[in-house]
Amino acid sequence: MPAALQIALFVIFGLLAVAAAVNLLLQRHPINCALSLVVVMMSLAVLYWSLGAEFLAAAQVIVYAGAIMVLFVFVVMLLNAGEEERTHGSRIAYIAGIPGAAALFCLLVFVFLSERQHLGTTQIGGYLTNATSNIRDISHMLFTSLLLPFEVTSILILIAILGAVVLARKEL
Amino acid sequence: MVPIAAYLILAAILFCIGIAAFLIKRNVISIFMSIELMLNAVNLTFVAFAHMWHQVSGQIFVFFVMVVAAAEAAVGLAIIIALFRSRQTLNVDQVNLMKN
Repeated sequence: MPAALQIALFVIFGLLAVAAAVNLLLQRHPINCALSLVVVMMSLAVLYWSLGAEFLAAAQVIVYAGAIMVLFVFVVMLLNAGEEERTHGSRIAYIAGIPGAAALFCLLVFVFLSERQHLGTTQIGGYLTNATSNIRDISHMLFTSLLLPFEVTSILILIAILGAVVLARKEL
Repeated sequence: MVPIAAYLILAAILFCIGIAAFLIKRNVISIFMSIELMLNAVNLTFVAFAHMWHQVSGQIFVFFVMVVAAAEAAVGLAIIIALFRSRQTLNVDQVNLMKN
């Protein structure tokens, strides 16, 4: 695959992700925020794919854009959430938070740009040959050396289900 | 050939937009969504570094982050429903029982 394709994918979907994130910041209705977040997640799935993480691209679409965002939209509709009114909540959050976020951004960009020679460039389709797929490596590691953490996450999911059921009960 | 630094800067942009949304938003569901945005931005850096080091460890880390984010979303949204039942509001400014 040509290198121009990767540049095009990065530019198009990177700009789409940033535009949707800014839209999330500016919109007032939670349902608009949720739909913007879906756009961000789908763009990130394409970027994962262009970085050679096919399994994660699929998982991003299914888990994040599918399951989690459906849950969000469901709760927004269940609670009949309307437009939020912008009040001046915490003054400290505005005085320290926004400049802090800007400073963090400047610091990160400075570090990444100064180290960009060492970071290198990407090759499309990942680093593995056609003979072995990425998913094979991931599953091999997940079910051999990382079997215990994998099983612990299933217990975590079970506890989360129980917690969600208990918390969302009518008589709390 | 896109430099890895470009992916990392994109992730930094998304993360800082997430911080700003977390501070500006007043609706508790929107605040929760901005946390998800920050998690996604960090996942992008993990995938970029996994690509850079030619290893799948970073991708497995993202997999675990996704699992924990799914659990967190389920519990967090249940807490939001419980909060709405008791306070009849989603505005975080009116949820100040422990402040006074």
